[in-house]
Amino acid sequence: MTMNTQKRKKRLSMKDKYKHMTRLGWDTTYQDMDDVYPKDKFEGIKIHDWEAWEDPFRMTMDAYWKYQGEKDKKLYAIIDAFAQNNGQKNITDARYISALKLFLTGVSPLEYQAHRGFADVARNFRGDGPRVACQMQAIDELRHVQTQIHTLSHYNKHFNGFSEFAHWHDRVWYLSVPKSFFDDARTAGPFEFMIAIGFSFEYVLTNLLFVPFMSGAAFNGDMATVTFGFSAQSDEARHMTLGLQAIKFLLEQDPANVPIVQGWIDKWTWRGYKVLGLVSMMMDYMLPESPQSWKEAWELYFEENTVALFKDLERYGITVPECASTVSAEKEHLSHQIWMTFYTHAAAAPFHTWLPDEKKMDWLSQKYPNTFDKYYRPVYEHWGKLEKEGKRYYSEMLPQLCQTCQIPMLYTEVENDDPTQIAYRDTIYNGERFHFCSDHCKNIFENEPEKYTQSWLPVHQIFQGNCGGATLPEVLKWYKVENGVDNLDYVGSEDEKIWKKLQGEA
Amino acid sequence: MSVDIKSVVIKPKRETFGHIERRIGEGKSASRYEEATYDLQPVTNFHYKPLADANYDLYDVRKTAIKMEDWYKFLDPRQYHYASYVTARAKQQEVAEQNFVFIEKRNMLDEMPDDVKSLILNFVLPLRHYEWGANMNNLQLVSEGYGAALTSAFMFHAEDRLGNAQYITRIGLLLSENEASVLDAGKDRWLNDSAWQPLRKAMEDTFVLKDWFELHIAQNVIFDAFIHPLYFNILEQELNKKGGTAQAMMTEFITLWNEECARWIDMTVKVAVAQSPENAELLNRWCKKYIDIAFDAVSPLANNIISNADESMQNIKNELVTRLNKNGLNL
Amino acid sequence: MSKVFLALQTTEESRAIIEAIKEDNENVEIENLPAMTKVTAEGKLVINAETVGKFIGRDWDPQELQLVLISLAGNVDEDYDHFTIYWEN
Repeated sequence: MTMNTQKRKKRLSMKDKYKHMTRLGWDTTYQDMDDVYPKDKFEGIKIHDWEAWEDPFRMTMDAYWKYQGEKDKKLYAIIDAFAQNNGQKNITDARYISALKLFLTGVSPLEYQAHRGFADVARNFRGDGPRVACQMQAIDELRHVQTQIHTLSHYNKHFNGFSEFAHWHDRVWYLSVPKSFFDDARTAGPFEFMIAIGFSFEYVLTNLLFVPFMSGAAFNGDMATVTFGFSAQSDEARHMTLGLQAIKFLLEQDPANVPIVQGWIDKWTWRGYKVLGLVSMMMDYMLPESPQSWKEAWELYFEENTVALFKDLERYGITVPECASTVSAEKEHLSHQIWMTFYTHAAAAPFHTWLPDEKKMDWLSQKYPNTFDKYYRPVYEHWGKLEKEGKRYYSEMLPQLCQTCQIPMLYTEVENDDPTQIAYRDTIYNGERFHFCSDHCKNIFENEPEKYTQSWLPVHQIFQGNCGGATLPEVLKWYKVENGVDNLDYVGSEDEKIWKKLQGEA
Repeated sequence: MSVDIKSVVIKPKRETFGHIERRIGEGKSASRYEEATYDLQPVTNFHYKPLADANYDLYDVRKTAIKMEDWYKFLDPRQYHYASYVTARAKQQEVAEQNFVFIEKRNMLDEMPDDVKSLILNFVLPLRHYEWGANMNNLQLVSEGYGAALTSAFMFHAEDRLGNAQYITRIGLLLSENEASVLDAGKDRWLNDSAWQPLRKAMEDTFVLKDWFELHIAQNVIFDAFIHPLYFNILEQELNKKGGTAQAMMTEFITLWNEECARWIDMTVKVAVAQSPENAELLNRWCKKYIDIAFDAVSPLANNIISNADESMQNIKNELVTRLNKNGLNL
Repeated sequence: MSKVFLALQTTEESRAIIEAIKEDNENVEIENLPAMTKVTAEGKLVINAETVGKFIGRDWDPQELQLVLISLAGNVDEDYDHFTIYWEN
């Protein structure tokens, strides 16, 4: 038998080969197509030709398993090494760890929801191409939540504020912000989900979530998180291309889709931005070494980068999200107002807060020349005085939450040049008054009031007696937040004691 | 000279997360699988009802008639979390890849008799649509199922079906030397050939099932238990005798996969049955129903591809029944 | 014209990719950041498998980019022999 070399057979282009590997569906005849795909028509989106879908990436399952297997081998080797060598000793300061607590409790559960959500969309779209791309994202998101848990597992062994992340995400007051964000996307139809998550979150806003956490990790000696971040990012590149393809596909299918998609872009850029407020505070206040301010990140990743994107979309009639000017106006205020909220409510949150020291305040002065010294430094100095007197300020009140974004209504009328005035909006629906932090949240409510009246607002729920009792200790018990351990200031915390011991200052 | 290496002894405060500790006991260290699985799915305080169907919450135990005290009893005996899953599949795909390279280098497909090639193109190739349908069904299970223990496994199972479909497609393209028209012909058979219609109908009927556990039984437990032994065991043994050994080599991935999944599938039945007599009764009913459907749907295919189709089909059925009864059923 | 960019992990594999990019594209900006290399170009960036193969010393499949990719901006077009990022405006 001769060892013959390449036979002269027809060569398939990658594009064609991938089509053969993925266009395997058929129009059902024994069951009505609308019964087999019951969810993809009710949103008013018109699709005339699913075959116009251009595959954003072309990875068959064998290649997927191969490359993802290699990535995970590398990642877990580092996670193991980090644990074996007690890598937590090498971070800059244990205050940094509260940033990781925010991540595990607020972000990781969203990865899980994304996993289930993309599987839902993958089943319910009629087109084969998007189904394959979406299911691969679904399994990627499962990878993300699991690798995040595994990465942070070592921190959980040594520090507080991680242990009950699953329990907290369903109950604790500020975590209803990310939870309601994703519940909103998950309960919407498949097309809205794609624009909300696939496009607005995974394309427009993703760099504002991941880059801050990952560079924060890099600047603060957290090798494990950096490695996880880089490893996940290559999956994210596929997700970004999917989000971009999805929006173009919808816009090209029918001009009637344009206003619907525009409405979703407007809504979801705003809702996403509200969730990212937590990131702004993390970047500016929670990193002992800060690579970048929120303002700088916003200017780079939104104002600069997305300009190119929206220019690309202009020809479909899409415009920059209407909230862009509000976000821009708020960029020098956002992180400060949110940190102040968490500083004062530190008794009720299972991560630590603290006053910025002089070095940090000087950095903030430099990064926020128009606002920090004028509005925020005086407040911190005042609280600093209280702390010295042994009267570290803890609010004993529960803040009112916005009905839509569920963030405490502690934002101010920055866009109206009145940054010391708390912003209140309200509307009446079915005889009941609902409250909002902004015009944008109010508009979202008024577009779909039946949806947002359902919100499970944690503060309302506490007052209704559904959260363990009328006192803070009772609520904390119901939350499974260990009072005096998980919560309160970093100074005097068990985390601080553990850190000092690690540094040999027992 | 002795070197005294000072190091800080760092004793951890806890071994694992609270929800895991409550399950496995305090002070015990958790496996990667446990940390990746237990209580990952939200269970309460949902903010909005789904627009597509406001009768149910996002994650809702009422979406199936099966009742469990603890949906995390369905622990995967393979302990697949993402990392161990892709690691296992990467190894398996490498073996498969080597098989394909071997076959091409040795021109084994040139040596394959034409009637064997024809049989594969006409009667095996359309199975790529069956696998696609199984992929759809498993995606439905990921979407509608309850508890990460099951739904994560369904996610892996869904991707495996896509992988299977792609291997079968690859075989078709290899046999036809990249003549994509064979794929169109295969689709035509799936849609119009009388031998395939009972199976296609049975599959489309599963596409509209409301109870997701019933769907799992129909697709993953019953239908596959007929199709895969027939196509990737019995048929291949016959093909081996007729000069078609290359086929078994090309489908090695699917064969190994079947063997591996059996442990997981058996567990899903066993655990559900053990929970209550009500579950057992329901499962008995579903299994009986789908065994009858599958038997009738697959028989016309068997008649076209193997000798002694009646006997083989009966054996497949008996083996399945035995296996299910071993897991607590009463068929 | 809008800029496309590519961010890669700084590893042995990505070194070859960056060299190939420099050879096949005009006016690229290379930025070395902690653990990451960022490549920016006007309008379009092409990675040719053959060029990378030359620098890495073996056959290179564009899908291997998955192993070192961190982020990118632009539309993606890929085939057996290249991976291209571009904007249409």
